[in-house]
Amino acid sequence: MASKTSSSSTDLQTRQISKPATDISMRHTLSPRPMMPGNPYLPMPATVTEIIPETANIKTLRVVLEDDERMRDFKFQPGQVGQISVFGVGEATFVINSPPSQKAYLQFSVMRAGEVTAAIHKLSPGDKVGVRAPLGNHFPWQEWKGKSLFLVGGGIGMAPIRTIMLHLLEQKGDYGKISLLYGARSPRDMAYAYEMPAWLDNPDLDATFCIDQPFDGWSHKVGLIPNILLELKPNPQNCVAVLCGPPIMIKFTVQALEKLGFPPESIVTTLEKRMKCGIGICGRCNIGGRYVCVDGPVFTWKQLQELPPEI
Amino acid sequence: MSTIRFVTGDGLPAFLTFLARNGRRVLVPVEKPAVKSSTVFETWSEGKPFSLQKATVPAKSAVLPQCETLIRYKKSKNPDNPSEVSLNLDDTPEATPTVVFACRPCDARGYAVLDRPFLHGPYADPYYRARREALTVITLTCSKGCDTCFCHWTGGGPSSPEGSDVLMTAVDDGYVLQAITTAGKELLNASSLPDGAERFPLAEEARKRAWASLAPAPDLKDVPQKVASRFSDMPFWLHWTERCLSCGACTYFCPTCYCFTITDEGEAMSARGGRRLRSWDNCMSALFTREASGHNPRLSKAQRMRNRVSHKYATYPENWGTFSCSGCGRCIGNCPVGLDIREIVLACVRHSSDIAQETQER
Ligand code: SF4
Ligand code: FES
Repeated sequence: MASKTSSSSTDLQTRQISKPATDISMRHTLSPRPMMPGNPYLPMPATVTEIIPETANIKTLRVVLEDDERMRDFKFQPGQVGQISVFGVGEATFVINSPPSQKAYLQFSVMRAGEVTAAIHKLSPGDKVGVRAPLGNHFPWQEWKGKSLFLVGGGIGMAPIRTIMLHLLEQKGDYGKISLLYGARSPRDMAYAYEMPAWLDNPDLDATFCIDQPFDGWSHKVGLIPNILLELKPNPQNCVAVLCGPPIMIKFTVQALEKLGFPPESIVTTLEKRMKCGIGICGRCNIGGRYVCVDGPVFTWKQLQELPPEI
Repeated sequence: MSTIRFVTGDGLPAFLTFLARNGRRVLVPVEKPAVKSSTVFETWSEGKPFSLQKATVPAKSAVLPQCETLIRYKKSKNPDNPSEVSLNLDDTPEATPTVVFACRPCDARGYAVLDRPFLHGPYADPYYRARREALTVITLTCSKGCDTCFCHWTGGGPSSPEGSDVLMTAVDDGYVLQAITTAGKELLNASSLPDGAERFPLAEEARKRAWASLAPAPDLKDVPQKVASRFSDMPFWLHWTERCLSCGACTYFCPTCYCFTITDEGEAMSARGGRRLRSWDNCMSALFTREASGHNPRLSKAQRMRNRVSHKYATYPENWGTFSCSGCGRCIGNCPVGLDIREIVLACVRHSSDIAQETQER
């Protein structure tokens, strides 16, 4: 609001009054990204079309926006998230783990943890939900052209890795070697198990799978992700490492990557925080002056090092 | 020369009647006698006694109600094919044209603090916008500071116009009303109040006396950096929150706190439906950042105090170039254990060697 002061104000007042903080632009700009139009609190009605049980506590759901036109025009970038509403229970945030080229549906994988995720697990095809998407920033895949990618997914952290991996593979020609290291506690804890054979067979992808403990019939690696990573020794030269998973896995995997010589700006990860508004206002998801819901969820390790340690 | 009008003390009810025309809601401070008496904003109606005291609770709810409906949801059936159900979502904002009458400059500056994230961030909040656009703020300038007031530390003062449409200043025989914004000017022009230009020098004198009653403010220029650099000094925050009860009184009474939560009330897929609500939340509560996994980035009250003080004095300034504290002092006056944000901010500024000594003395 503009302020107007009387020209006859005394010095004392003009000093204080003539300088209200009228500069009301935010001091840092957000990276360009697709954004949800209209009321950012209003979910788009959507129908659940498919539920895929993944593990004992993970289910994948595919949803289609009720409005055909909005479904057709829906645009997002890999790494962006959505808030799923189960009306009467609430909302929770998940990465859209289908690649942007998938126009028929939006896919989310949900680990049962709280009230909303429990309600999502009870959904069946045909049920109505709300979707607020796309929210947040995305993986800077355009900046990675010409580089090799080493993707690391731990447990449910494979969801964001899935979307960026499928996206990169669609334009393999623009990138160097693309590798995947996917680990979970046991084979029973691996989401997307039905896709893993195809990933292994894909000539454009160098996939490695690992579990924490030996397991009957498991023919892949056994060991913790950071240790397997040290064994695989990816070359940090012209390579970006992307890792998603539980905080403890991130911590030790980053240590391993640093040991291998990856600089912090070549390590990319996603953060999870409790969110409500998803649009940078409600004050829940901040780390220092940055809000995970709008300044993230994708950060380089370098960016995280510059933020206060409050993860 | 801005529009200046004059009203006598006896003329105030008639002025309020004018303000309340056309269904406008006029919020006035009303005294509530009780064991601990308080002054709260209530909707004025003809004959209702009102007060010109500084309100116990600021009129923040005029733009951000303690609880409001964001969305009404219900199931609707296709009349031609009743087996086909769809979701019906109604997001119409509720905004009654409102005048806040006789808030103080620190309260009005609260609106300016809220405007930035709610209107000028990456997303504009349509509910806030609807209320804010329907709001006119008539602010009573303060005649003197009290011992918890520190508006002048934070860029304001007893006659700061920021966030106000009209400034009202007490003079011997009444009140001088000065339009600050176009909305304020239009409002005063529409009233039948007489011109007050000749009394304006008296109002200026009164404002000057109010300024003079304040103790000089410390220099807070480097405070954002100083507070930010305290982030990892956990003993510091532990020391300053030892007594804190995490009750949230400080956030409840604050004109600039705006953390909120969103919750659903009522079955969705029923014909009656339900509502998605937004309510004030409290960053001093342990549950505020608790994640479904049980992980909590601000588990201790020291971490939460650090976040509250940092938001007001380091991170909001980092994002918006100004403090998100208007120095009203309500968090100080209402804290059951007497914690004083001024002391914490000043302690952040003090040289680290003093702190080392303090720690030893503890
Ligand atoms: S009012 Fe005082 S005791 Fe209560 S949360 Fe705030 S600082 Fe702590
Ligand atoms: S979720 Fe509300 S600020 Fe990020």
